[in-house]
Amino acid sequence: MASLMSDTAAHSDALGYSFSKSIPNPTSHSSGPRQHSFYPYTDNGGSTLGITGSTFAILAGDTRSTSGYNINTRHAPKVFRIGADDPSSRIVLSVVGFAADGNALKERLDTIVKMYRYQHGKAMSVKACAQRLSTILYSKRFFPYYVHAILGGMDEDGKGALYSYDPVGSYEREQCRAAGAAASLIMPFLDNQVNYKNQHVPGSGEGHALQQRQVTDLSQDTVQGLVRDAFTSAVERHIEVGDGLQMMIITKEGVQEIFEPLKRD
Amino acid sequence: MNHFPQAWGRPRDDIYGPYDSSHLHSSLPQSHTQSPAVTGTSVLGVKFKDGVVIAADNLASYGSLARFTDVKRLRTFAGTSVIGFGGDVSDMQYLDRLLQSLDIRENYSSHGHSLNAKNLHTYLAKIFYKRRSDFNPLWNNVLVAGLDDEGKPFLSQADLLGTTFSAPTLATGFGAHLAQPLLRRLVPHDEGSVKDVTREMAIDAVKECMKVLFYRDARSSDRYSIAVVTKEGEIEMKEDEKLEGQSWAFADMIRGYGTQVN
Repeated sequence: MASLMSDTAAHSDALGYSFSKSIPNPTSHSSGPRQHSFYPYTDNGGSTLGITGSTFAILAGDTRSTSGYNINTRHAPKVFRIGADDPSSRIVLSVVGFAADGNALKERLDTIVKMYRYQHGKAMSVKACAQRLSTILYSKRFFPYYVHAILGGMDEDGKGALYSYDPVGSYEREQCRAAGAAASLIMPFLDNQVNYKNQHVPGSGEGHALQQRQVTDLSQDTVQGLVRDAFTSAVERHIEVGDGLQMMIITKEGVQEIFEPLKRD
Repeated sequence: MNHFPQAWGRPRDDIYGPYDSSHLHSSLPQSHTQSPAVTGTSVLGVKFKDGVVIAADNLASYGSLARFTDVKRLRTFAGTSVIGFGGDVSDMQYLDRLLQSLDIRENYSSHGHSLNAKNLHTYLAKIFYKRRSDFNPLWNNVLVAGLDDEGKPFLSQADLLGTTFSAPTLATGFGAHLAQPLLRRLVPHDEGSVKDVTREMAIDAVKECMKVLFYRDARSSDRYSIAVVTKEGEIEMKEDEKLEGQSWAFADMIRGYGTQVN
């Protein structure tokens, strides 16, 4: 095609149409040596995690904020209640990545959920909120919010709901998800302990005859234990994770927030 | 009709004239500040039980040149908050003018309550975030000291990317490496330790850190400003302090200092 174009360009004078003249040459106007240029993102570290059960959802995150090897603060929560002025609200958002974008995203979703409440006289469902969050993220497809978001809540059937997102808004409802700096450390642990991946029924056979261990419904205490274990382990192996653990436990009764210490080294 | 499908449907030059491509590369793209010019170095801040101490030296550097040696980098707002600016000095002056006009507008309005340090910090952070999103950043690192909505001591940081965080002790720039570890000794249990920190402890720690910074930060000076904001809502600002009790005894152990040869 390119050769075809240059071929016609040679003929364009004879043809009486404008071709190559309309295509600017990108190298023709470079403005000399370009030095340090502004990069609008940074990584503030930290990790988040969400797990659902049949009657609850738990969203958790550590509270450390970093810049490179520096600790900005030991207490910067990244799990937020959305539309919290309405006591019937059961929506929680966690954001990890670039904290300034995370805050901007949280504020935007919070405003939208509040406006929905005022305009429709009822609380927004998590399903609707999840779709809206995807739309918000995609609306900045070409200058993204540099965050991995996890949205938690209670669905229409009273079951725990969890939605995870990539920075440009592609999303999925899941049982559990880890995000952020230590996601690669926590997620395999969750696969094994929540979805029982690579666990088999003892003595059920050899090779393909081996049976997967049946996935069961986890209790809230078990899940809280898993969250704690996931973070204490991540703290040992990742320098950007630590200081404090924030847990939001969402049930039909309400949203409970718990802070616990983590190692500060 | 001709035998060049690429030409079909294109406006003919003999009817519409040749395509005017001048707008495609007539001017350079609009450029914004991509690096700071005249800069201030670290700002330090410490919370204590009834207020906040904040300090910054009085130097504005142009690269490695100590260009302006009497620049006040602590600015007050509404007589209740103090902002310490690090980074570009012209952006600091722009923000100071912006905040001055905001304060005047707020004083003329009739709602009768004033903006506290927390409100001010939110406002500044939103400006920084807006400007970075426009790819036209204000090249600063600021600490905001004052009181929050409940009248408790407030100390928070905001930077050119719109990143914000708060802690009982904060330091920008070089201070984040050199001063912050020293300041954190004051508050071993973070927010829980603030009640045990007195005004004198906070001031002494900040002065000690200004000294350490002067020893090791090549872009610092021994003239500095220090301000104390208290719960009573008063600001005690000193803008022409000099470092006291310097000891260069360590220097004669180091080759290159003083009169020694080799």
